[in-house]
Amino acid sequence: MLADSDRIFTNLYGFQPWGIDAAMQRGDWVETKALMAMGQDAIIDAIKASGLRGRGGAGFPTGMKWSFMPKEPKPGRPSFLVINADESEPGSCKDREIIRHDPHKLVEGALIAGYAMRARAAYIYIRGEYIREAETLFAAVAQAYEKGFLGLNACGSGYDFDVFVHRGAGAYICGEETAMLESLEGKKGQPRLKPPFPAGAGLYGCPTTVNNVESIAVGPTILRRGAEWFASFGRPNNLGTKLFQISGHVNRPCVVEEAMSISFRDLIETHCGGIRGGWDNLLAVIPGGSSVPLVPAHEIADAPMDFDGLKELKSGLGTAAVIVMDKSTDIVRAIARLSYFYKHESCGQCTPCREGTGWMWRVMQRLVTGDAEPHEIDLLLEVTTQVEGHTICALGDAAAWPIQGLIRHFRPEIEKRIAKRQGFVAVPHTAMAAE
Amino acid sequence: MSDFSDFQWTAANAAKAEEILGRYPSSREASAIMPLLWLAQYQMREQTGIAWLPLPVIEFVAAQIGMPKIRALEVASFYTMYNLQPVGRFHVQVCGTTPCMLRGSDDILRACADKGLRKGEITNDGAFTLTEVECLGVCANAPMCQVNDDTYEDLTYDSMTRILDALLAGEAPAPGSQIGRQASCPEGGPTTLTAMAHAG
Repeated sequence: MLADSDRIFTNLYGFQPWGIDAAMQRGDWVETKALMAMGQDAIIDAIKASGLRGRGGAGFPTGMKWSFMPKEPKPGRPSFLVINADESEPGSCKDREIIRHDPHKLVEGALIAGYAMRARAAYIYIRGEYIREAETLFAAVAQAYEKGFLGLNACGSGYDFDVFVHRGAGAYICGEETAMLESLEGKKGQPRLKPPFPAGAGLYGCPTTVNNVESIAVGPTILRRGAEWFASFGRPNNLGTKLFQISGHVNRPCVVEEAMSISFRDLIETHCGGIRGGWDNLLAVIPGGSSVPLVPAHEIADAPMDFDGLKELKSGLGTAAVIVMDKSTDIVRAIARLSYFYKHESCGQCTPCREGTGWMWRVMQRLVTGDAEPHEIDLLLEVTTQVEGHTICALGDAAAWPIQGLIRHFRPEIEKRIAKRQGFVAVPHTAMAAE
Repeated sequence: MSDFSDFQWTAANAAKAEEILGRYPSSREASAIMPLLWLAQYQMREQTGIAWLPLPVIEFVAAQIGMPKIRALEVASFYTMYNLQPVGRFHVQVCGTTPCMLRGSDDILRACADKGLRKGEITNDGAFTLTEVECLGVCANAPMCQVNDDTYEDLTYDSMTRILDALLAGEAPAPGSQIGRQASCPEGGPTTLTAMAHAG
């Protein structure tokens, strides 16, 4: 188990106050000026050396992303940092804990990252439903200004930097980086075609980097403790510590910071009190938030929880939102409910997604009860491939993958329901998989 | 204020609106549409008890930033949290997405139904609107619901029933975990950061 002395988010559960004085006691905002004095390129090099990969789902190397920003912003065309706090991926609930209990890690991280990429200001885009969390974040930013840590000559560094908070209003799609920029500009949150990429033309047409809350919040600690320290956790290419969020059928669901590459079994046994009903009762796991395909019990039990380990299982680490399902789960309904989610959240811009998510959900609804023909399973699979890869953003992919995972691993379950229905045998709504 | 065509900021909110406009570069006032719509919806709640945005209020906000009315309506109708129709005094939003479903959100919706709440409807006394919403990001404390500005977590049929009763009785039930958990810490006590827990 990761030692408490190696944890970044030391107030994860809010046992102590979130405010700036308590945060400084915990080591935030201490000698920030000295960190900035490392120099912009040295900060980016350190983040690269730490092996930090983006914590929002895609896992792109954070230091490399920062290095795409212009070294010398042109007059009248400032650079921006946009921080994605639009945490809406089903299963994900980590950024909420950072924001309400450790907000100064994020605010200080915004300054450090913004300085390193030579940005003029940061906008933190927080999902609309995080109402109390937004109140805390506004207050934390105000505290940082009062102390002179933000604004003109931030932390006495000679660098001017502002941080603003912007609330969303209930649109999952705004977590997609270009939809977020549209939303920030006062429009509907519909993704933009890329290129141009945000680093070239982002917010207001200016160079912009969009990073997840956790990616930004770990920055100052990495600089203070050294890239080697962060890189000492996890397997190569999967380094560092990570907030895992375990929901569903474990005895004690929780959010916890652990070393990357911890095995699924270790994670669940150490922090969650085991699987409900024991390991033999485990059916499947969605290891990275709703967008990644499920993995059946026998494949995931001893798998390393990291980018590469879960990719090998044809799934992904995503946001490390681990949704655990035991054998009482109606697995078809569990995935059908996700299909409803994507239908609800499609922005409607691309036809394959606008039409496809509704179509896939309606077929999934019928598969739940078995009210379908056997050939419709292959038809559904075919349609998922027509949606996947044919839309501007990844929401179409995200809607397709859970269904593909279901059919890959639980096709006999679906076929059994259809057969029972066609034989006019009553199908119990739950406990199917336990048979 | 019958049809809300005379909607104006309160003095406090007029100042707040200026502060909001200051967050965005000059000539980028359009960026303020979302926070200003929020402010207007909160003011409606203060003044009428109901958090919603009648069309004249949206038009008022649009005029303030020189945005065509239709563009403002486009934004207001895209984002689900702007209520274009009135809601009850308590907007009960029960998460029904898979992580909550696995932990029993069906029971929570049943508790609401047994108290007379119907999805998408205002109860006759004007107290409640029930909405089944998509993931609210509280998955480690599922099942959960949001009532106005607060979340109620680790719910059961019984605790949801109690919360609805308390709201109706004019009480303010304590938000957060309903089984006494500290935030998203494992039930029964932390497996990590134990020194912090004791120091706190």
